[in-house]
Amino acid sequence: MNQPTVARLSPLTWARTNLFNTWGNAVITVAVLALLALLVPKLANWAIINAVFEIDAQKCRVAAGACWGFVGEKYRLMLFGTYPYEEQWRPLAMSIVLLTLIGLTMNTRLWGRWLWISWIVAIVAMWVLMAGGVPGLPAVDTDRWGGLPLTLILAVNAIVLSFPLAVLLALGRRSDLPFIKTLCIGFIEVVRGVPLITVLFMASLMLPLFLPEGMTINKLLRAQVGFILFTAAYVAEVIRGGLQAIPKGQYEAADALGLSYAQKTVFIVLPQALKLVIPPTVNTFIGIFKDTSLVIIVGIFDFLGSVRLASNDPIWRPFYIEGLVVAGLVYFVFCYTMAAYSRALEAKLNRQQQR
Amino acid sequence: MAEIMARPTGKEASRFSLYDRDVQAILFQVVVVGAVVALVWYLAYNTVVNLERRQIQTGFSFLWRESGFEIGESLISYSAASTYGRALVVGLLNTLQVAIIGCVLASFLGVSIGIASLSRNWLLAKLTAGYIHFLRNIPVLLQIILWYTILISDRFLPAPRQAESFLGVFATQRGWYFPIPDGSTGYWAALAGLLAAVVGVMILRRWATARQLLTGQQFPVVWTSVGLLVALPLVAWLAFGAPTGLDSPSLRGFNFQGGSRISPEFVAVLFGLTIYTSAFIAEIVRSGILAVPKGQTEAGRALGLRDHVILRQVILPQALRVIIPPLTSQYLNLTKNSSLAVAVGYPDLVSTANTTLNQTGQAPEAILILMAVYLTLSVSTALVMNWYNTRIQLVER
Repeated sequence: MNQPTVARLSPLTWARTNLFNTWGNAVITVAVLALLALLVPKLANWAIINAVFEIDAQKCRVAAGACWGFVGEKYRLMLFGTYPYEEQWRPLAMSIVLLTLIGLTMNTRLWGRWLWISWIVAIVAMWVLMAGGVPGLPAVDTDRWGGLPLTLILAVNAIVLSFPLAVLLALGRRSDLPFIKTLCIGFIEVVRGVPLITVLFMASLMLPLFLPEGMTINKLLRAQVGFILFTAAYVAEVIRGGLQAIPKGQYEAADALGLSYAQKTVFIVLPQALKLVIPPTVNTFIGIFKDTSLVIIVGIFDFLGSVRLASNDPIWRPFYIEGLVVAGLVYFVFCYTMAAYSRALEAKLNRQQQR
Repeated sequence: MAEIMARPTGKEASRFSLYDRDVQAILFQVVVVGAVVALVWYLAYNTVVNLERRQIQTGFSFLWRESGFEIGESLISYSAASTYGRALVVGLLNTLQVAIIGCVLASFLGVSIGIASLSRNWLLAKLTAGYIHFLRNIPVLLQIILWYTILISDRFLPAPRQAESFLGVFATQRGWYFPIPDGSTGYWAALAGLLAAVVGVMILRRWATARQLLTGQQFPVVWTSVGLLVALPLVAWLAFGAPTGLDSPSLRGFNFQGGSRISPEFVAVLFGLTIYTSAFIAEIVRSGILAVPKGQTEAGRALGLRDHVILRQVILPQALRVIIPPLTSQYLNLTKNSSLAVAVGYPDLVSTANTTLNQTGQAPEAILILMAVYLTLSVSTALVMNWYNTRIQLVER
């Protein structure tokens, strides 16, 4: 196929057409350039020119710029939290497996039964790798899990395990049965109407009260349950959007064939609806990934919590800011990649639909 | 359709049969509702037993007991001798304060950036797109904590003793200190003048529209409004002796006295929420404007309308219909995210409820109050925005 010819403009012509084509545009360009001239040197001075790159707290204290040595000194703590130092290859391996699997899942051509099986195997393997307790892997208490691997675990489990519940809630909300419908609407709207932090409080403070005497669930699992319920309400609304987008004729055709409600749902409606909602589900996943940082408030050290932990060292305390900046960039890389993927996938599915 | 399927057999259906879809539906619902009720009863029973065993009181009587804790900033008078109930109200007011100011600022910032990102100026469009993509992909909690750490760090801001004023404002690690008018009558007169001007402008606009509909003549509403808004307060201020007295902050010992103080906690929460939400609002505004078909602009030009009239009277009213629903959920998100204030110690509702809960041990009541308040806030915001939404919807025949 021939590529369309792209006109190559000289830089000067390009600037004239894009930056100075009208008087108004010229004024805007100059104003923006002035603002940049004011900010960029300051930022560059702080982040690069006056910054300290060696691991030397004394030098950092007298320097006028950033102290990236903090990150060099504390990167293990920032990444893995309080997970036992000699065992940190385990969360690292787990994260690599998980990220690879997410990467494979992003490729729509690989979608199929094998992917499902590898996900199930991987989730079991991840659990064994993290918790240990089998020969060769000493047991590690969940209280010591932390850092970026924990953020990944919380987010991935929330989205994967909430999905079945979310499908049921979405179907229930569109059901003709008044009581089922009321229950589902009630759950979805209450959870979506309150901040995540109250759900986490509920999970961390109320769950122990809900259980009979002598039965306890550990802190991490409680937070994870809170996350799953919270995510389910949001994903349910996304799925409902997909269900509504299925033409009525599909339902009628299934009825005409004499399919039962279960057959109609499983074989006709859900396969179409779920495909439609993949891009918005990725967006929900991005939100959940960012929201995992809230577990810091109920005393779990995810990535953000581990960065705070790293800054508790009195020698390095003033350089928490650098830790936060680096953490922010890491979150950005993850979220931006997923957002870009979601956009690309949406475009692809749209193209397929138009055919 | 469902009804046709459900009653295919006419009179026979009146006989009870497990294969009847109506019967199945009822049975299924009875089972599910029964299971839910049983679960709730079981959990509630366990909770009551557990609370009794730990000798924790139940009921809401703690609301009238003395709280015994101080709150850093409050819009109403409050001390450690006040009740828990009052402490929660203080927290609620702080939440509302930061949420409302945050929504207003985020809207202004978001709309400006959204419109700027559609600019034909390459530099401006790229920069604003960068702003949108960068800031919405970083957790808001991290942003709030980062702002707070910067605002209280001695690396970026001086201690009160070393602070130098900029236009009478002192920015220090312990907060920002502003001069405020000293309360002379002239200032109140100016405020009254401003209110009168606002009312005047509203009346003027109605009258001008009515006149234009009747006679076709236009009235320069914008310039008259600006004139009114400037002139009335100014005249009132001059008439009452043009006072210039200011209550300025001044250093006494280690801290400032007088003037007004904004705490670093408040600023951090406000900055974090505003900037994060503005990125989302900008994207909503951008796609809302893009959703208006190009033919609308062309039709406007064909009618000989000028560009700013096309934007205001043709594009924006249509774009708003797309913008309002997602904008509503952004306002709701901002309000809910204001609960993250607890992470930096701004005494919002979650923070005061958390202290109350830790002191009394009455977790169920405290969490119930929290959820009820946030639900009420969510529902009322949604109601107001839905009312506005129905007002601007296309009226079709």
